[in-house]
Amino acid sequence: MAGEGDRRSDPEVERRSRLLGGLHFEGEGARGVAIALLSTAVFVAVVIVAVTQSAGWPEVKRTFFDWGDISSSFPDIARAFVLNVKIFLVCEVFVLVFALVIAVLRSLPGPVFFPLRALAVIYSDLARGVPTILVIALLGFGAPALQLTGVPRSRVFWAGVGLILVYSGYVAEVYRAGIESVHPSQEAAARSLGLSRFEALRRVILPQAIRRVIPPLLNDFIGLQKDTALVGTLGVVEAFNQSQIDSAATFTYGAYLAAAVLFVAITIPLARLTDWLIARDRQKRQAAGGFA
Amino acid sequence: MSALRLEAVRKSFGEHEVLRGIDLELDDHEVVCLIGASGSGKSTLLRCINLLEPLNAGRIFLGREEITRRGVDVNAVRRRIGIVFQAFNLFPHMTVLRNVTLAPRDVLKLSRAKAEARALELLARFGLEDRRDEYPDRLSGGQQQRVAIVRALAMRPELMLLDEVTSALDPELVAEVLNVIRELAEGGMTMLIATHEMGFARDIASRVCFLDDGLILEQGLPHEILTNPKQPRTQQFLERIIEAGRL
Repeated sequence: MAGEGDRRSDPEVERRSRLLGGLHFEGEGARGVAIALLSTAVFVAVVIVAVTQSAGWPEVKRTFFDWGDISSSFPDIARAFVLNVKIFLVCEVFVLVFALVIAVLRSLPGPVFFPLRALAVIYSDLARGVPTILVIALLGFGAPALQLTGVPRSRVFWAGVGLILVYSGYVAEVYRAGIESVHPSQEAAARSLGLSRFEALRRVILPQAIRRVIPPLLNDFIGLQKDTALVGTLGVVEAFNQSQIDSAATFTYGAYLAAAVLFVAITIPLARLTDWLIARDRQKRQAAGGFA
Repeated sequence: MSALRLEAVRKSFGEHEVLRGIDLELDDHEVVCLIGASGSGKSTLLRCINLLEPLNAGRIFLGREEITRRGVDVNAVRRRIGIVFQAFNLFPHMTVLRNVTLAPRDVLKLSRAKAEARALELLARFGLEDRRDEYPDRLSGGQQQRVAIVRALAMRPELMLLDEVTSALDPELVAEVLNVIRELAEGGMTMLIATHEMGFARDIASRVCFLDDGLILEQGLPHEILTNPKQPRTQQFLERIIEAGRL
């Protein structure tokens, strides 16, 4: 019945817009764009005036916005930034796999699996509860100091382990939300065909669950990419640490701006990719509408 | 030989006893319809037979094998029983063809070519071959339910359980699904059908069971139960159905 009502409303809208006259209607649209542009321009102008008229502006301009500083430090920082990207890419793969294992453990039913579920809950709580910078410091300084044989002593390695542990806590929660959003009747349908619990999870539950959580998952990607800068606190030369070094040499902060630009250059395309994936998926499978 | 035998099956959800001792036997090629009000235990009974719900007491035999015994391979049992649900429960992320071939490939370990050949034959038989590459949400309810039936049939089950398969359909789509079931009955498929379609039950059932408050109160030939019920509860139920214009 509701569908019928919706279908009726379309010609209704058309009829009204015809009455109002096409030109007038478009005029409203154009006026809307003009208002948006004007208000943005006024806002930006106010901000620029406020900042440049401030007492400290000449000093800030010299220390932060010196084009010479920014461009001269850029190559060094870009070279160091490659390490951030590497850490991000390697860690992300492990996070995606490890977090999935945690989430699946947490969704196991029945009293037999209580210890595993409890372990998964404790893990998620700890991973999300301790500040990332502390985890990295503890592992990065502590683990190599143990001098265990057969275990890498590199600080980058242990910082990576720290990032994986922390982000798996968040990503496991994202996966879990996805798994719980798949209606139990889907599992019933899969099991009734003779699929094992594992096969039902792999073929039916997880594909639907993961598809639904791609946007929050990519959000956590972006967070991880940014947090690779924390590895610099161990004295490893990555983009943030390199910009600290450059900044200390010139007594200006342009190097930080250069590093920020590099991070944004990765995270913004990731954000756009997220939107594009969502739109494509919706187009592909919801062309007929109605599927939630 | 009986295809399915239930002995004193009991099932509770918490305090509430939904099945209070069900005895039921189906012969090979028999079509038995379960009728009764909502909440009388029809769906629970079907879910118990498919081992989707564990029993509190009683035994169930599929052919000669007791499927409620300890240590039974539930996946192996479910392979032999097809179930179709009221809400279709197709896998929305898979095409029609993939929905139908998933279990034959994963469970029966058929090759892709073999599974697809089997699926296409069934889809063609029920007029769905041109829908093979569609996703479920592009299909009408009637088409979705027919795909769900095909998906169950692709496992070549010895027994089909149908749980109010037309209840979620618009009235004009009910007939196409009932026709599929009728064709299965004519083909000799053993079926246990929970339904509110009394006319349909009268047409195809070899036996009708009236379920009331977790017990089979009365069973017999369709025309006996539907036109001349002995139990007052059955009479009441059918009067309400007639008032609603469903018989």
